[in-house]
Amino acid sequence: MTEALNPAHPPEPKPVSRRLVRLMRRPELGAITGTIIVFLAFGITAGNSGLFSMAGIANFLQVSAQLGILAAAVALLMIGGEFDLSLGSMIGFASVTIGLCVTQFGLSIPAAVAIAFVIAIIVGALNGILVVRTRLPSFIVTLAGLFILRGLTLAITRTVTGRTQIPYITDGQEGGFVVWLFGGKFGGPVFAWLAAHGVIAARPDGSPMVQGLSMSILWWVAVTAFATWLLIKTRFGNWVFAVGGDDRAARNVGVPVDRVKILLFIGTALSATLFAVIQVLEAGSADTLRGTQKEFQAIIAAVIGGCLLTGGYGSAIGAMFGALIFGTVEMGIFYTGIDTDWFQVFLGSMLLIAVLVNNYVRRKATEAR
Amino acid sequence: MSALFSMSGLRNALSAAALSLAFAGAGILPAPAQVKKESDVRIVFVTHGQANDVYWSVVKNGMQAAAQQLGVKVEYQAPETFDVVRMARMIEAATASKPDGLVVSIPDMDALKAPVEAAKAAGIPVVVIDSGEEAVEPWGLDLFVGGGSEYDNGVKAGEIMAKAGVKKGVCINHEVGNVSLDKRCEGYNDGLKKSGGSSDVVAATMDPTDVTRRVEGYLTAHPDVTGVLTLGPTVAAPLLKMFEDAGTIGNYKIGTFDLSPEILYAVAKGTMMFGIDNQQYMMGYYPVVFLTNKAMYKTFPTSAVRTGPSFIMKEDAAAVRDLSKAGIR
Repeated sequence: MTEALNPAHPPEPKPVSRRLVRLMRRPELGAITGTIIVFLAFGITAGNSGLFSMAGIANFLQVSAQLGILAAAVALLMIGGEFDLSLGSMIGFASVTIGLCVTQFGLSIPAAVAIAFVIAIIVGALNGILVVRTRLPSFIVTLAGLFILRGLTLAITRTVTGRTQIPYITDGQEGGFVVWLFGGKFGGPVFAWLAAHGVIAARPDGSPMVQGLSMSILWWVAVTAFATWLLIKTRFGNWVFAVGGDDRAARNVGVPVDRVKILLFIGTALSATLFAVIQVLEAGSADTLRGTQKEFQAIIAAVIGGCLLTGGYGSAIGAMFGALIFGTVEMGIFYTGIDTDWFQVFLGSMLLIAVLVNNYVRRKATEAR
Repeated sequence: MSALFSMSGLRNALSAAALSLAFAGAGILPAPAQVKKESDVRIVFVTHGQANDVYWSVVKNGMQAAAQQLGVKVEYQAPETFDVVRMARMIEAATASKPDGLVVSIPDMDALKAPVEAAKAAGIPVVVIDSGEEAVEPWGLDLFVGGGSEYDNGVKAGEIMAKAGVKKGVCINHEVGNVSLDKRCEGYNDGLKKSGGSSDVVAATMDPTDVTRRVEGYLTAHPDVTGVLTLGPTVAAPLLKMFEDAGTIGNYKIGTFDLSPEILYAVAKGTMMFGIDNQQYMMGYYPVVFLTNKAMYKTFPTSAVRTGPSFIMKEDAAAVRDLSKAGIR
């Protein structure tokens, strides 16, 4: 494989090719390749259908962004060797927490959001403490969390409101800073300018088709950047890799294994809550079913992004591309005009192909050492 | 450029004409009068109906029949689980693909307001089907095609059961989180209340085992309940089987929203009291017809098209059954 990478096979590799080899060994490379393939596939099958119009791009970026926020935290946790299946239920729980705080207890939106984040820290810490104290697989512990949190969400909402949906959460507060920060749009003036100059599509009244990009996209980038910095530049990042690789060895060299794991669980619970805050403030309503199946989608995104199910290997940037693949496939199928009855077959196949390509590229790259 | 044939000729007061045009088959009409060819018309449905739900497959059949007869393109999209946020993304995607018409159901007005209004602002005619009639006027949408209000249908169901002697009833809600289903149960309770009765709600899922076990448990704990109302055939069918297996079917008055062959068989046999039909086939059929005519001739109905409710009782069940087997009722 060294030949293939470096056909000239010089006795001393030039700095450029050495950098290339190092790049090839990054966990996210497979996901980036997968992303390119997915975009090419949709470019051929749905090129003129609006998928790559500004509105289409804003659409799949928003789906990817929301998943990507979860995937970054899940990637960290998976590198640390654990799973969090309570993630999706945590989204529902945080959603109705905000909804109830605002509509039933009359709190302001910022206060409700703050309470939701505090509860997330408690739930995450509980998950983490249970896992490290009982030594049970996190798969089982958080599976219990999945049911408990979803059940609590439903039971509490029904008891308090008699219904399963909480509407009118942002009524009269659409202009608030917190609402904008999580559920707003950015780049409006840029789009208005582009539409006015005919670069992007405009509505009949001259305003742009796309009024701005969802703030969730900025959060996606920010969360991924933070997770990457944490992994690569800090001592905590080294600990995460060590804990996921071999936690006994890590413990022997003095890594505070329990503390690292608990913090990682808090991280996933916080990401779920961030997701919930964004959805609630964007949609203006909360629903007991929000976030269903997101735990699996986040794991899929992290795995496509190069995380190993066994822990100790992966990257947050990879998870970002994993989420982008998932979001693009999920929305892209729509534009190809394939009947929804076939949607899940197609989604599953695309994901399988993405993971296979990713695996192949990574194996080839690491063999090239 | 995005709005090819949009707002300009809105609402020519010709609802009946629109229909007859469609039935006549557009091909008979002189070609120069057409603004757009049938084969260029594309209409997208985005609904909240889960793919395995019998009810929505009938809507889809109606949609496909109309598309075939008219020779237009239709697409049907729905999230696999009840998820209005995903639905919102689907509506945005549909808007970006610039169809000649968009057909949506609106189970959650808050979450779907922005994407539906954006579609409207992009010059795409929007027809609301099934749920969300309240949104049509304030959001400036084009038309509602659907049954009576969920609440009123529920009240009627309650009244019919009360007349048959039910004092305590139970409402089985399988799509927890859908406001329209909550309204049905609310109506049922108020319908029973008129003659001094009342009802509880049992929350369930679409899973047949789950539904039967929960209802069995509830009825064991509440022996005074004699009326059972389900909100869809997917749930009613396994429950009927459970009652029959247990030999207790004679103890209950059972009614359901929506029809299926099993339901109609049970109604004809008398083991089930009634099925409430919203004639949802028309919710798939008419929007295609209307929107095609709007795209081609700019003709459009001026008021909501009411497709239900019709209560199917023992007398008419057998006749409707064959149609139900064909996925039309």
